[in-house]
Amino acid sequence: MSVGAPRGLASSGQKPIAEILHPLSATEELLSPGPDVTVTIGGDKEAGLTNGTPVEMSSPASASSLFNRLQLDDDLEADARDPYSSTETRDLFVTVDDPKKHVSTMETYITYRVSTKTTRIEFDLPEYCVRRRYQDFDWLRIKLEDSQPTHLIPPLPEKFVMKGVVDRFSEEFVETRMKALDKFLKRVADHPVLSFNPHLNVFLTAKDLNKRQGLALLSKVGESVRHVAGGYKLRTRPAEFCAMGEYLDTFSQKLGTIDRIAQRILKEQSEYLTELREYGTVYSSWAGSEEELRRPLEGVAGCVTTCSGALEDLSENMSQDFLPVLREYVLYIESMKNVLRKRDQTQAEYEGRLEAAILRKQDDRTPMPAEVEKCQDKAECFNADLKADWDRWQSNKRQDFKQLLTGMADKNINYYDKCQAAWESLITLLQDKQTEDKTSETN
Amino acid sequence: MSEDGREELVGTDDDSENMAVDGSLNNTMVEEGCTLLGRMEICVAEAEKRSGKNAVNMQETFTVYLIETRPMDAVADGRNPAPDSLWRRYSEFELLRNYLIVTYPYIVVPPLPEKRAEFVWHKLSADNMDPDFVERRRVGLENFLLRVASHPVLSNDKILYHFLTEEQGWKEVVYETGFQAKADSWLRALSATFRVRNPDKRFMEMKQYSDELQSHASQLLRARAKVADRLYGVYKVHGNYGRVFSEWSAIEREMGDGLQSAGHHMDAYAASIDDILEEEEHYADQLKEYLFYAEALRAVCRKHELTQFELEMASQDLISKKQQREELATGIVRTFSFKGMTNKLFGQEAPEQREARLKLLEELIVEGEEAVKEKTVECEEHVERAWVDMQRFKEQKDKDLREALINFAVMQISMCKKGIQVWSNAKECFLKM
Repeated sequence: MSVGAPRGLASSGQKPIAEILHPLSATEELLSPGPDVTVTIGGDKEAGLTNGTPVEMSSPASASSLFNRLQLDDDLEADARDPYSSTETRDLFVTVDDPKKHVSTMETYITYRVSTKTTRIEFDLPEYCVRRRYQDFDWLRIKLEDSQPTHLIPPLPEKFVMKGVVDRFSEEFVETRMKALDKFLKRVADHPVLSFNPHLNVFLTAKDLNKRQGLALLSKVGESVRHVAGGYKLRTRPAEFCAMGEYLDTFSQKLGTIDRIAQRILKEQSEYLTELREYGTVYSSWAGSEEELRRPLEGVAGCVTTCSGALEDLSENMSQDFLPVLREYVLYIESMKNVLRKRDQTQAEYEGRLEAAILRKQDDRTPMPAEVEKCQDKAECFNADLKADWDRWQSNKRQDFKQLLTGMADKNINYYDKCQAAWESLITLLQDKQTEDKTSETN
Repeated sequence: MSEDGREELVGTDDDSENMAVDGSLNNTMVEEGCTLLGRMEICVAEAEKRSGKNAVNMQETFTVYLIETRPMDAVADGRNPAPDSLWRRYSEFELLRNYLIVTYPYIVVPPLPEKRAEFVWHKLSADNMDPDFVERRRVGLENFLLRVASHPVLSNDKILYHFLTEEQGWKEVVYETGFQAKADSWLRALSATFRVRNPDKRFMEMKQYSDELQSHASQLLRARAKVADRLYGVYKVHGNYGRVFSEWSAIEREMGDGLQSAGHHMDAYAASIDDILEEEEHYADQLKEYLFYAEALRAVCRKHELTQFELEMASQDLISKKQQREELATGIVRTFSFKGMTNKLFGQEAPEQREARLKLLEELIVEGEEAVKEKTVECEEHVERAWVDMQRFKEQKDKDLREALINFAVMQISMCKKGIQVWSNAKECFLKM
């Protein structure tokens, strides 16, 4: 990462006060530009704060997150569901649960309980418990995007659902949405920079967020205005960012394909289930007209019913756990692409201003105008943040998909286990009867 | 060799020892209860395509099946003589079966494998020339022969023996038994509707049961075919994962290998359904056999209805003739008759005429009594023999279908195990991602 002259790097974009006062900032100069040095290097949190850590780590964030992931690999079995838990070095824990329906004269909506446990000094209390609705999460996300434009903000589940097509208050929908919101919040809390954002603090602690709602729309508009400013066009995107862009395009495509395949499988399974149920009833009705064969036929009917139930569970699981995660990643990719675009614009602005400044320069001894230097800083910090976030994102992606696909395999294994058990117990039943008959025959 | 096969062979196993053996049944002594299958190994070994001109002189392709037989004592002695063999086509099997049905109407005659592929799920061929269909038919034909040859009554039939041993001229022998005429009248009678006053309740119940068996078996076969179709779809779509994982692995560094290998397992999963469903066809064939068996059972019940009806008709006829005699003798008209009417209108007839008529009536009554006796015997014999065979059939059916269900369960377990294997392998690959 090209640093240029060591400066009191104010780092990228608009930095909130809280961040600058962060204990870590003392070590920032020692390590490298970029504020995203994570707390979690080494096991000892306090030591990590004040000791100088080796400088050669150009992206300390990725090294430490790698460390985290190594730890998680061991814990994967134990914590198969929540890879974000049980790392001793974390000091901020958030959970989204307990959905409740609220009915008012104006509208009906769902709120979720957001619980926080922390030892950070930015928080007045060690524990918080507030209720938030989707709107609030949306507000938070917009705020994060605005205030941390160089960072990748995790995605939220889809905002709009077609009324009449999807029941916004059905158990499955609420459950799926809640899991996604939980994931969003955990990813933010896990991010070395985003987790210190004051808006997150407000979100987690304020009793009433309503006063802030009005800003939501404005912020969205403001954001787009801010970044199109100047209208600079990028000439060439550096190779490594090109590679990122290409990767994102292809990956997005593949995820789309996987989504389609998964949906197709669900459809086929549903049709299979219909026929299977019918099949079971035919065995049952045949049993009615038989004597000796009644038990075996009823037994088969019972097994078919058990298998039908198991299949239904499998399909439900896939639909509730698998598909939403895929879709979330597609949103994530879109976010990442946006960040890449913003980076391009930042670079373009710098190059544009630089070019203009060079043309206007009277002689070689005139120093660069301050604003050009500011742009250069901005561009370099952006690149650093992005790379760090990219590495983190890649690592998280690997974990997430490992977990997702392993989960899919497990569910299928579980399904076949259930079916096998049913059929095996039937055989035992039928064969016992057979030996029973044989012995009575020979007697 | 042109005996009426029926007269020689109806009866118990004891009679077979006394049969005119013309050299063909020259093997071991026929013991009580020992069937043809006990004396001779039979199998349908192969199938071959032939071409030839048919009855209307058009070129056709058909399949012939090789029947091989070997005397059991030779096998038991350890000598391994080459089997005798001959070729037969499906239509000849049909001819044999039709002969058996007509000749032994009190026996639930084993069915042939289906003529055309039915209850087909979409990937399975409905083409009679398809090698899988031909193979399954070969097995079905062998099964038919084994069932017939091990049947306590059918196995003694001469025509059956010739079918298995004499390739040439067999058809002529069958036709010479005159069974065709019986078959025609039998069919005509069966398709007619007639009301029986006093059928044997057990046979009526058995007929009811045969209808139910037919209905349930065909429902089951239809449902099974639909299930097979859908299951095929589920497995095959998983194959798409193979392709997309492979493509995805190309852009990944650490995840690439795991994804790629997992993709292979998904391909294997998709491919596995072909064998699974092919194996299940065997189960379907077992169900089909009993679907067709239901028809044979029904036919025996119908035959009872027919004989009972004929007996009732003969009895009715006898009663009316006796009544006529009584009227003629006593002059009291109890029932309407044209003669009575004309008598009233035109006066009584002369005593000589009356005598003549009375005499004729007496003769008719004697004939009628003979007929009733015959019919009664026919009916009772049929009931007796049929009841025995229907019991035998019931036991066989219970045993066979139970085994079929067990095999079905075994197949399901095998399918589950394969599924677990594949997904476990895939899981290992995912864990290595």
